[in-house]
Amino acid sequence: MRFYLSDRMGAALLMAPLLLFLVLAYAWPFLGVVKWSFTLPTPGLGQYEALLTDDLVQSVFIRTLRIAAVVTVVSVAAAYAITVVWVRGTPAQRLIAEFCILVPFWISVLTRAFGWVALLSNRGLINTWLQAIGFISEPLALVRNEFGVIVGMTHFLIPFAVFPLASAMRSLDDRVLLAARGLGSSRMRTFWTVFVPMTRSGIIGAAMIVFVFSLGFFVTPAILGGGRSVMIAELIYLRIFQSPDWGLGAAISVVLVLFVGALMALLFRYVRPKQLI
Amino acid sequence: MPTYRPGPVSLIIAAFVALFLLMPLLAVIPVSLTPSRMLAMPSGELSLRHYRALVEDPRWLQSILLSIRIGVVSSAFSTVLALCFSLGVWMFQPRFTAALVGFVLLPMVVPPVVSAITLYFLLTSISGFSAFFGYDTWLGVAMAHSVMTVPFATVLMLVSLSQLDRRIDLAARGLGATVWERATRIIMPNIKFGIITAALLSFVLSWEEIGVTLFITSVNAITLPRLMWMGLRDNIDPAIAALSVILIIITVLVLAVRSFVARQRGGY
Repeated sequence: MRFYLSDRMGAALLMAPLLLFLVLAYAWPFLGVVKWSFTLPTPGLGQYEALLTDDLVQSVFIRTLRIAAVVTVVSVAAAYAITVVWVRGTPAQRLIAEFCILVPFWISVLTRAFGWVALLSNRGLINTWLQAIGFISEPLALVRNEFGVIVGMTHFLIPFAVFPLASAMRSLDDRVLLAARGLGSSRMRTFWTVFVPMTRSGIIGAAMIVFVFSLGFFVTPAILGGGRSVMIAELIYLRIFQSPDWGLGAAISVVLVLFVGALMALLFRYVRPKQLI
Repeated sequence: MPTYRPGPVSLIIAAFVALFLLMPLLAVIPVSLTPSRMLAMPSGELSLRHYRALVEDPRWLQSILLSIRIGVVSSAFSTVLALCFSLGVWMFQPRFTAALVGFVLLPMVVPPVVSAITLYFLLTSISGFSAFFGYDTWLGVAMAHSVMTVPFATVLMLVSLSQLDRRIDLAARGLGATVWERATRIIMPNIKFGIITAALLSFVLSWEEIGVTLFITSVNAITLPRLMWMGLRDNIDPAIAALSVILIIITVLVLAVRSFVARQRGGY
């Protein structure tokens, strides 16, 4: 009995500092934000009503969902292609794929967004070259619009989609694929009817991660959208700092958390957490 | 043993993806060498003036030093908290472990912009009581960064603890070691690689944190990413390209060393 008690005390003593820190520095202020959403500027449900009726807020929500959907499809497909090589290629191919995945992954989101500005802007690499070879006379509008946002976000999120896909592909039994080939199935058919269905949990996990990340994305859309293609996160920022309307910013945050929470709950109904990593 | 290798179609598509991933990183190199004052491709002559600007303009140096200070403090804080918490979880396996770990991981899964507004609320509330610890102070930023990095540190600790053999701890306990001795002399030496990785990751995440930092700083606590952001939003400053090239080179070197060391150690 003495041991049991001291064990519990020890656990409590070791775990308390972090839990206390997060309760005070995260959970409590989050409740404060929830309170803002019900009390600013006037007490009541006014901010949530505004969410349902305000045309600007609605169009930002729809744009965010549309961009997130496109980004999810493109990044998961691109990640799938490079993950196949990373997991199943020859040692040299694996090394190159790993380099191409990990170097961008570790580079800051600002540097990467800036790289796209350098490529896509009117005086950037692509427009300069296309004009130099006489292919176009006026620079193409590649940035400060939805196209730029989608390109930048896809670039940011591909490495995040790679990890769940890689774990699904690693756990796949080689012999199944060799059996399919041995029974006369073509490369293409083996890929589409055996390989892809057997990595389904990885695809679902990757798509969920990318989609959830895209919903709350701030930096890349703000830089590559140039204020013209505003997404939810930037709208929250603008409501807090430019047209001080803290209540609406808080209400959007609460809705975003609830939406993401519902998506995660849905994900964990179909995929066990450990299959994701 | 025959293995299933990707075919030519897969390789070609993967090559395009690889090119897409590297393109923006390569694009900053020519921009950083432009002699022009604005963002442009160099035409003809090359110049190192933007690299010189990084050294000569005190703003860059100040923000680098500030980012290092914030990174070190927040990484030390979150590593210690994550270590204690993970030791508690591993040694005592208390009830509700899953719920407690889930709570600790929240700042990692909640959309960053929501964490940002939450920490903005926290620091502006603190500002009412204290002038040097709240909104737009370096201590406030360090604390906010700790909130954001502590889940990542905890995950790394729990993963390295899960690979540890419980019997060595049971043996120490059976031989009469106290909780303190078990933690510091048996468990911690065995997970020191995980502890170092957690501290490094926390530092890197703090060093490049921008989403939360934007909400909680204005004019005093200008970290390096915050300064880059200002240069990107207003008038694109090619000094950012020079800085980006340096950061990319450092990243590539660190990754190369890490993969070399991993190879020497055999596996991870």
